[in-house]
Amino acid sequence: MKHTLRQIFRSGKFVFGFSIFVGILLIVIIYPLIITNHPLEIVGQGTFFPPGVYVNVYDSLGSTSYTLMLEDAAAKRIASKLSEGDRTAIKEWLVKAGIPEGEIDTADTEKLLDQWVNNYDPNKNIPGMTNAKRNYFIRLNNSLKGLLSTEGVSIAVKNTETGALEESDFVGQSEYVNVSQVASVRVLPLGTDNFGRDVLTELVAATRVSLQIGFVAGTIATLIGLALGLLAGYVGGLVDDIIMFITNLFTVIPTFVLLILISFSIGQDKRGPFAIAVVIGLTAWFWTARAVRAQVISLRNRDHVNLSKLSGHSIAHIIIADILPYIASYVVMALILQISAGILAEAGLSILGLGPRTTEVPTLGLMMNWAMIYQAQILGKWWAYFPVIVVIALIAFSLNLMNTGLDQVFNPALRD
Amino acid sequence: MPVEKELYLSASGLTKVFGFGRQKTVAVDHVDLNLYEGEVISIVGESGSGKTTLAKMLLGLISTTEGDIYFQGKKRDISTHRKKKEYWKNIQAIFQDPFSSYNIFNKIDTVLLDCIHMRGGRKFPYAKKVELMTEACSFVNLKFEELTNKYPFELSGGQMQRLMIARIFLLKPKILLADEPTSMIDACSRATILDMLMQLRKEIGMTIIFITHDIGLAYYVSDSVYIMEHGKFVESGSADDVILRPKEPYTKRLLNDVPKIYEEWDLSTV
Repeated sequence: MKHTLRQIFRSGKFVFGFSIFVGILLIVIIYPLIITNHPLEIVGQGTFFPPGVYVNVYDSLGSTSYTLMLEDAAAKRIASKLSEGDRTAIKEWLVKAGIPEGEIDTADTEKLLDQWVNNYDPNKNIPGMTNAKRNYFIRLNNSLKGLLSTEGVSIAVKNTETGALEESDFVGQSEYVNVSQVASVRVLPLGTDNFGRDVLTELVAATRVSLQIGFVAGTIATLIGLALGLLAGYVGGLVDDIIMFITNLFTVIPTFVLLILISFSIGQDKRGPFAIAVVIGLTAWFWTARAVRAQVISLRNRDHVNLSKLSGHSIAHIIIADILPYIASYVVMALILQISAGILAEAGLSILGLGPRTTEVPTLGLMMNWAMIYQAQILGKWWAYFPVIVVIALIAFSLNLMNTGLDQVFNPALRD
Repeated sequence: MPVEKELYLSASGLTKVFGFGRQKTVAVDHVDLNLYEGEVISIVGESGSGKTTLAKMLLGLISTTEGDIYFQGKKRDISTHRKKKEYWKNIQAIFQDPFSSYNIFNKIDTVLLDCIHMRGGRKFPYAKKVELMTEACSFVNLKFEELTNKYPFELSGGQMQRLMIARIFLLKPKILLADEPTSMIDACSRATILDMLMQLRKEIGMTIIFITHDIGLAYYVSDSVYIMEHGKFVESGSADDVILRPKEPYTKRLLNDVPKIYEEWDLSTV
C-alpha cells in the first residue's frame, strides 16, 4: 500500500494534476474564511462593472488630501478623456477647416488641443458635414473646455434653509488622496456580473458547489456501477443477464438527453444542487458497471478466488477481500473520471437552464448560464464567463491528468 | 484393485458443456470415476482434454451439466454455503500455478490462519495458532519466523507451492486434488514437492488425485491411472497395466512423447 502510494506520487502527471486540484480545493476552503461576504450579495447597481479597485468618491473628498506636483498628471488626465475616436474626429475637422494634414499629429495631445482651441468655431460652416456630426463636435468642445481648465472643482453644499449652494470644499488638480486612507474601498478583482455580484466571490462559491455536485454524482455513479458490476460479474447467470439487459438499454440512450428529460420532469422547485447531483449520478453508472463486470468475470475464475472458496469464505468475504482489491485501482480511476464528468454534466445542464434553482447557490454552470442570458459574450464582458471557463477546464484537466497518472502507475505497459 | 476399502468419491456420467448452439463445447463427456480410501490415482491427458474442468467439478467449484458425484456413498450436496464448507473440509486442492494461487493483498499468515479457522481453530489462543503454523511450515522446510508478515509473491515458485502443501497439512483433508502441482516448477524442486506430498499422504492418510500431463510422474506416484482424451476416459486401470501394457493408440502416443535420454528424439510424432 505504502509502496503503491510512493509510486503514485512519483508519477509526474499525477503530481501535477493533484497539485492543481489541491490548489483549487485550498482556494475554495480558505477564500471564504478571509472574504466573508455572501457570494450572492448584490453590490453593484448595474450590470457588468469591469474588474478593478473601486474607491468611494464621497469618502475620498473627505480624506486628507496631499499635493503632489507630477508633471505628466495633466497630460494623463487629458489623454484618458480623449479617446482615439475623438482624436481622429478632431483631425478630420481640422483638415476640413484648412490646416495642412502634415501639421496635425494625433499622438501629440498638447499640440492637437492647441490647434483645436485656436481653430475651432462652432459657427464655421464646413461643407458636407451632417447636423449630427456638427452637434458631436459641439459636445466634444464643451467637454474639452473643462478638461483644459487649470482651475480645480468647487464642492458645494445646499443650504437647508435658503436652498442656495454654498462652497464647502475645493479640490485642486494636484490634490491626491491615499487609497488606504479612504474609508470605503472595494476591490473587485473580476468585476461584477449581470446582477451586480462580485464575480470572484461568486466564482469561489460556485466552484465549491460544483465540486460537491461532482463528488456526490461521481460517488453515486461509481457505487451503483460497482455494486451492479460486481453482482453481475460474480453471480453470473440470470442475474447477469437481467443487469446487463438494463445496462445495455441505458447505454444506448444518449445520457445527456436522459439527463435533460429527468431534470425537466423534476421541476424547477425541487431542483436543488443535491437533486441535480443525484440525477447525474443515476444516469452515469452504466460504463462503470460494464467495465467492473468485465474485470470481475476475468477475476472470478482465478485460482486465488478458488483457493479462497476452498478456505470456506463466504461470497461477501470473497468479493470484499479477493475481488475488490484487484479492481480497486480501476474503481478509483473510474471515480475520478466520474467526478470530472459530473461537474461537466452540471455545467451542461445549467447552461441549458435545467440546473439547480437559481436563488440559493451559484454553480459554475449557472454562472455561465447567467452570463449567456445577459449576453456577456456579445458585450465583451469577459470577466463574467471567462474565469468560469478557466476553472471548469482546470478542474477537468487536473482530474483527467490524475487519472492518466494513476493509469500509468497501475498499468505497467503504459509507463514512460 | 482394493475392493474392500471404502469408496470415498465416485462420479457417474459426469458431463460439462460450455456454451450452447454452435459454440457448444463438451469439456467433460460422461466420465465415470471411482476413488477408494488411501488410493493415489492419476488423470493424464494433454492440454485441453478436460482434466482441470473435471477437477473443478469434483471440487464443486463449477456446476455439473449432467451426472452425479457421490461422496462417501451419499450423493454430494453442496447447495448451501454451509454444506459447501463442510464438503471442502474433506476435499482440498493444490493448483497448477503457484503465482496466481494467492491473493496478493493477503499476507502469508492470513493464508495459514484461514486453514486453522476452517478446522475450527478460530478461538485458539494466538500462541497456539503460531505453534500450528510453525509446525506446518517446518513440515515443508520453511521457517515461519521468516515468512510472517511477508506476502506470498515475495517467495519463489517452489516455496509458494510448499506453502500450499503446508496449507494442506493444516487442513488435513480426506481427499487432495493436485492439479498439475509441479508443472510450473523447476525440475529440482519438483522431486522435493512430490516427496513432501507423498510424506504428507503417509502422515495423514490422504487420498490423492493427481492431474498431470506427465505420464512419467503418473507412473511414479499412482496406484491407478486414467487416460483422458477429449473429455473422455479412453483407458484406465492400474498404473502397471496402463503404462507398461497400453492398449489404446492415444496412450501409446502419450508414452512416446516422454523424452528419452538415451535414444535419439523422433520429433515427427510431436
